[in-house]
Order: sequence, then C-alpha cells, then structure tokens
Amino acid sequence: MIQLHNVYKQFQEGTYILKGINLNIPSGESTCIIGQSGQGKSVLLKMIIGLIQPTHGNVIVDGIDTSDVSEESHHDIFKQCGYVFQFAALLDSLSVFENIGLSLLEHGYSEQQAMPIVKAKLKLVNLTPDILEKYPDQLSGGMKKRVGLARTLVSDPSIILYDEPTTGLDPITTNIVHELIHRTQQNMHITSVIISHNTTIFDYVDNVALLHQGEIQYFGKARDIWNTDNPYVRQFIRGYTSGPIETEID
Amino acid sequence: MFSAVIDRIGLTTLHICNRIGATVVFLFRTIHTACTTRIKLASTIQQMHFVGVKSLSIVILTGLFSGLALALQSYIGFSRVGAEDFIGLVVTLGMTRELAPVLTGLMTAGRAGSAMTAEIGTMRISEQIDALKTLRINPLQYLVVPRLVASTIILPFLTIFAMVCGVIGAYTFCINVLGLSSETFFSTIEEGVAIADIIGGLFKSACFGFLSAWIGTYNGYHTRGGARGVGSATTETVVTGSILVLIANYILSAILFQTGIG
Repeated sequence: MIQLHNVYKQFQEGTYILKGINLNIPSGESTCIIGQSGQGKSVLLKMIIGLIQPTHGNVIVDGIDTSDVSEESHHDIFKQCGYVFQFAALLDSLSVFENIGLSLLEHGYSEQQAMPIVKAKLKLVNLTPDILEKYPDQLSGGMKKRVGLARTLVSDPSIILYDEPTTGLDPITTNIVHELIHRTQQNMHITSVIISHNTTIFDYVDNVALLHQGEIQYFGKARDIWNTDNPYVRQFIRGYTSGPIETEID
Repeated sequence: MFSAVIDRIGLTTLHICNRIGATVVFLFRTIHTACTTRIKLASTIQQMHFVGVKSLSIVILTGLFSGLALALQSYIGFSRVGAEDFIGLVVTLGMTRELAPVLTGLMTAGRAGSAMTAEIGTMRISEQIDALKTLRINPLQYLVVPRLVASTIILPFLTIFAMVCGVIGAYTFCINVLGLSSETFFSTIEEGVAIADIIGGLFKSACFGFLSAWIGTYNGYHTRGGARGVGSATTETVVTGSILVLIANYILSAILFQTGIG
C-alpha cells in the first residue's frame, strides 16, 4: 500500500505545486495518474520513491516513510520500488547488458552470474539477447523503454512506478508497452503506478486518479472512468477545451 | 535607490555564501563517500586515461612552447647584464615551480574539468543520476570519487611531462639559437635546482587536479535547465576552475615558501 497523507510540495517561495494530497494506492493493483502537463504528476511519483522530499506531509510505502531521509530508509525503498523513467534514463556509456545488469554488477555479481538474470528479464519485456551488446543510441524509443523496464525488473521490486512510459511512441508500440505493463503487473503481482496522457491505458489499469492544481480531483475504478460525472475527468479524457480545467490556448 | 543597492549587495553576498557552502558540503560528502565505500578501480583508471593520456599532447605542446618563450625572454634580460649562462637555471626553476604546474592545471580545468561537467550534467538532466539512485548505486561513489581521485593522481605525472618538455624547449633554443654549450646549460641547473623545487611543483599540480575535478563534478552534479544549463555549467567550470587554480597557486606557493619546501 502506498499512502500519501496531506502532502505539500513547494519549489519556490509561495508556489505550491502539490497542495495537500491524500491518496491511498492499493497493493497489487495498477493505478494510473492523469492530469495536464506541469501539474506535478512526476513530482508526486518521485516523492513516492523518495527522490524528492515533500515540503509537508508523509509518503508511506509499505510501512516505510519516504520523507524520512536516512540513507537506510532510501536503500529499503529502492529495494522495493522500481522506477521506469520517461525517457528510460539508460546510461549512454554502457551497453544494454551493462545497463540492465548494472545493479547486479555493482552489488558483487560477476558478468557470468548476471548474464542469465539479464537474459530472463530481457525475455520478459519481449526483447532478444542480440541487443545485449548494443548501446542506447542504437535502440529505438520503444526498445529503450523496454530495456528501462527490464533494468527495473532485475531487482524484483514489489512496486513499479512508470513516468509516462509511452510518451513519443507510435500507437502500436504504445499498446505493446501497455500490455507489457499489464502482464508484468498480473504475473508478478506488482503494485503499479503509471503516469500517462494516453487514454487507451484505461483498458489495462485498475484505478485512475486525476491530479489538477495540486490536488487529487478524482480517484476511481478505471472501468467507470468513461461514465463518471466528475467534470474534471469528463473534460480531460475527452479533450474538451472548455470546462473546469483552464486551458492555456486562448 | 541607496537601499536597492544595499539589497543587491546583500542578495549577491548571500548567493555567493550559499554557493560556497554548497560546494564545500558536496566536497565533504564526496570525501566521506571515498572513505566509507570501495573506490572503483576500473572507473578510476579509465578517468586517469581520460584526464592524463588524452591531455598529454596539449600538455607537451604547452610545456615545449612555454620553455621556448621563457628562454627567449630570459635571454633578452640576461644578455643586458651578461648572464646568459643562467638561462637554463631560470627556465628550469620557472617551469618546475610555476609554469608547468599552473599551465597543466589550467589545461586540465579547461579540458577535463569541462568534460566532467558536460558528462555528469547531461546525466543529471536526462535523469541518469536519479536512475543510479533507484538502482541503489551511490552516484558520488560511481561518478564523482573516481574522477576526483584520478585527476589528483594523474596531474603530477602530466606536470612532469610539461616540466621536461619546457626544459627541452629551452635547451633547444639555447644550443641551436644562442650557441650555448650543453655543459653550461646543465651545470647551472645542477647547481641551482633542488629536488624540493620539483616536489613543490608536483604537490601544487596534485592540488590543481583535485580542484579542477571538484569544481567540474560539482557543477555537473548540480546542473539544471536542459541543454542551456549544461552549457552554462561547463562555462562556469572553465572560468571558476581557472580562477581557483591561479588563486590556489599563490596560496600554495606562499605556504611552500614559508615552510621552506619550495
């Protein structure tokens, strides 16, 4: 269970990007966070894993308070939580094998010991071992995201946080990534939190939360999303330019 | 008007103090990491190759032409008082105590320091440093410590090349242009140059290597604002690194002079 209690985040004096977030994300389910760009979705995700500290409030992940900044707590959280970055954040100077196996190699595994684990994770994300020697700049956008996911899966996390995993991908690759996320969540009973602007993800997740003006305006089941009366959700998922969400295109 | 000026001075002072504080805290965290975790040998050697071997050609050229120019300038002065025999001594002392360490330090701040900032800064803005953290890898141990250790170790070796090339340049000029004998050139060096002069120069160069890597990694690690941010951070590394090398040179020279080492 991921719990956010009255979470505020202020970056500059007087400007709050998150204003008292209260959210309970159920274990073993997938939750998609939607909202306009610049509303603090990525900040929220980074707070869950402890990369950003809240100004006020608490973020509790499986009983661990990520706003406790001790090194040990972060170590425990990073052990439980995986993070798939928006643009994969693969290390440019390392090969695909080194990227996926990095945490193993840095924690005492030899290349021979790491290789079967890396190959297994690569298979989970529908990639073949022939790309192991390639470098990130030789991969397509979709492949990079899948390698990023494979890297996250190496540590067998119980929670995976996805920051816009399908941004910049074509519709077919988008669906492949969505299916991959869904299958990973189902097979490994992982808690998934996904930030996305793509409404097709609603077919693959259990819950949807809408973040607007620093507050959670909606939290509900994904299967009900198209029938909800919530005006924020109705406007956002249908892309209406008029409604409670102010648009900047005027 | 007056209060606005005072406000501005106050804000600037606060900004500078804040910056110095952050830089020092970063250094202490790095040193703490270096002392409490395993130093990555392969990465350190890779950085030594980058900072050292790949800077060798520019350091050799810098040393050679500095030696030539110093010999020429010394000749102009010494020929007026009939002391041309001392050109070798002056060039060797100048190269070992000052020019070789300082020029090598400046070259390193410009070439290697800026490259460190650009590389780590790009990793910062593309979230690669955050990715390391989520993989339970300490970014200071993985990225900063190897660069700091490598730069500190390799700079004295580069400086030796600059020293030797400077003396070779001066020797070539004195023998081929001025017609001095080889014995005269080297006899004054033997009489006037002490091992402490060379040790002092190498100690200074190690400090410059440390400074260049410290500033280079700090600016990279704290890069903000996309490609423009990387550009600004890289420029700042060259400027701050070069100024710090020159300031440190004076302070270290004074300390070495006081202690009688150099």
